[in-house]
Amino acid sequence: MKNEWPLWEIFIRGQHGMSHRHVGSLHAPDAEMAIKNARDVYTRRNEGVSIWVVEANHIAASSPSDKGPLYEPSESKVYRHPTFFDIPDEVGAM
Amino acid sequence: MYAQMIKSEATQDDPEKLAAFQARIDAGEKIEPKDWMPEGYRKTLIRQIGQHAHSEIVGQLPEGNWITRAPTLERKAILLAKVQDEAGHGLYLYCAAETLGVSRDEITEMLLDGRMKYSSIFNYPTLNWADIGAVGWLVDGAAIMNQVPLQRTSFGPYSRAMIRICKEESFHQRQGYDAIRKMAEGTPEQKKMAQDALNRLWYPSLMMFGPSDKDSVHSAQSMAWKIKMNTNDELRQKFVDQTVPQAEYLGLTVPDPDLKWNEERGHYDYTDPDWSEFFDVIKGNGPCNVDRLAARNKAWDDGKWVRDGLLAHARKKAARKHAAE
Amino acid sequence: MTREDAFTQFLLQMGDNTLILGHRVSEWCGHAPVLEEDIALANTALDLIGQTQMWLGLAAEVQGDGKSADDLAFLRDAWDFRNVLLVEVPNEDFGRTLMRQFLFDAWHSIQLGRLMKSSDERVAAIAEKASKEVAYHLERSADTVVGLGDGTEESHRRMQEALDYLWPYAGEMFQSDEADAEMVKAGIAPDPASLREEYDTLVSRVLTEATLTIPESRFAHKGGRTGAMHTEHLGHLLTQMQWLQRAYPGAKW
Ligand SMILES: [Fe+2]
Ligand SMILES: [Fe+2]
Repeated sequence: MKNEWPLWEIFIRGQHGMSHRHVGSLHAPDAEMAIKNARDVYTRRNEGVSIWVVEANHIAASSPSDKGPLYEPSESKVYRHPTFFDIPDEVGAM
Repeated sequence: MYAQMIKSEATQDDPEKLAAFQARIDAGEKIEPKDWMPEGYRKTLIRQIGQHAHSEIVGQLPEGNWITRAPTLERKAILLAKVQDEAGHGLYLYCAAETLGVSRDEITEMLLDGRMKYSSIFNYPTLNWADIGAVGWLVDGAAIMNQVPLQRTSFGPYSRAMIRICKEESFHQRQGYDAIRKMAEGTPEQKKMAQDALNRLWYPSLMMFGPSDKDSVHSAQSMAWKIKMNTNDELRQKFVDQTVPQAEYLGLTVPDPDLKWNEERGHYDYTDPDWSEFFDVIKGNGPCNVDRLAARNKAWDDGKWVRDGLLAHARKKAARKHAAE
Repeated sequence: MTREDAFTQFLLQMGDNTLILGHRVSEWCGHAPVLEEDIALANTALDLIGQTQMWLGLAAEVQGDGKSADDLAFLRDAWDFRNVLLVEVPNEDFGRTLMRQFLFDAWHSIQLGRLMKSSDERVAAIAEKASKEVAYHLERSADTVVGLGDGTEESHRRMQEALDYLWPYAGEMFQSDEADAEMVKAGIAPDPASLREEYDTLVSRVLTEATLTIPESRFAHKGGRTGAMHTEHLGHLLTQMQWLQRAYPGAKW
């Protein structure tokens, strides 16, 4: 049996009132781990308030609430945002 | 660049379909995974996205080398967050490659057994703390030069991955410049570290853009397909023009005695890197090639029982749930 | 021991635990079994480093001698560290790393829950913030321990070995001394021994689900949280972590 973790498509609702948006994919052994991995991979910069995961091969395509512990923590990682670093004007855009 | 020397595949498809495909690209349309595409386009993209992804992952190693020695808690957090981002970049790109029909495990194995390459830059060592600043400033800086235009690449999943990556890259370059600036403005020893880092990483950074255009025979097709957006020399010149004033601001000397502003061209004249060294590194003879691949292989081999164990549990759990229903 | 000394010792215990464990977990960056785990471990380490800045920052403030959190992290020698021995043992394989994480997270989450009610507002505020992060750490480490314990034969064996090795280090988290009594009296922190029952319930529920057997012996190594005696491993960790600060005193980074 092939032992590769299945691929999951990740949908995140960024703000209350918005719809879930596809943000990317990842691998996980099952749906629960996929949600956890999505939290770790795709919400490192406060991007989400709600996560949906769908196993990629369950998606049919035309041709071409755990939010406290889950999201608040990344708010304090200010250094992830480029504006945290003071770059002198003389140096140019960066 | 993270994808150097990508050989584009010859294409032997129906000329009518090819013309229609090219017309879509010329009109600025995005190609999506389920759309018809020439086999050469698909193969070239797998190679390019794969090499790019591998570079992100192997690129964790030289910087990861300093996480446990970072000099302050804040620097440690910043570096760890930065290297973690690179793992994320690799992940996004592997997912983009998967839409072309090559699975993560397959493409990973191609890296591990040497069938696929990664950027030459990551075969150089990080020897002092200023290297961490220099890598962010120069290596991420060079990568950004190529990644910003790639946001407009013709393949949808690749373009979307690049958009996500570019959002994170600006933090990388700025934290690097900030770190090396602290040192350039610091004690004489710190200054020495900063200069030493620039001395060692300058030419390898220039090599990132790949060989000179006159020796780079495969770009025309890739440029027509919009999976390569600029020529190697164009980007290299842009990088030099941008970086030299930044080095001057730090009071550091770029290790190129012939470097000078050319008023007529409106660009800096600079010395090309030693291309024989570049080809040596590509062939596997850089200072760290063997160690880098060994580290990736070890992580993969040591991790097998974990991947298998968690999957076995997921299957058992699903079976139990099924039986209970 | 004065109340101030006891308070400082308590803050160092909290901060040194997160400092040393965060350091250990950060060693995985670039080497984890799969990319998703690599990223998740880095998040855990980042949270722990952030918590270290808060705990050691407050410790420095309470000490009041003008030191910073960085001074405490990078310029103390092993005998001044107050972390439990559990967090300084080397990573070994991914199984031991995750088992260590789980055994620590379980204690950490209970401890922070109590500290949210601390009579010291600063302690309560740090605990409040950290507890959200740690709730997630625990969820993730518990799930992984269950998954690997109940996975393949090999993963089960490795997790049982990890548990056998680490179990004698768990008991130290519940040892009390007169400094703890002082903290209890001041309403700042709970008596460590009082967390044991809740811990045992939590840990045995997860380990049972993981099909693992908790060793019978209740023997517990000790010395870390009082500073009386660390493992040999701590010194090696410090030689790396503190090297730049030691080699170039006074430099700004
Ligand atoms: Fe990157
Ligand atoms: Fe980067």
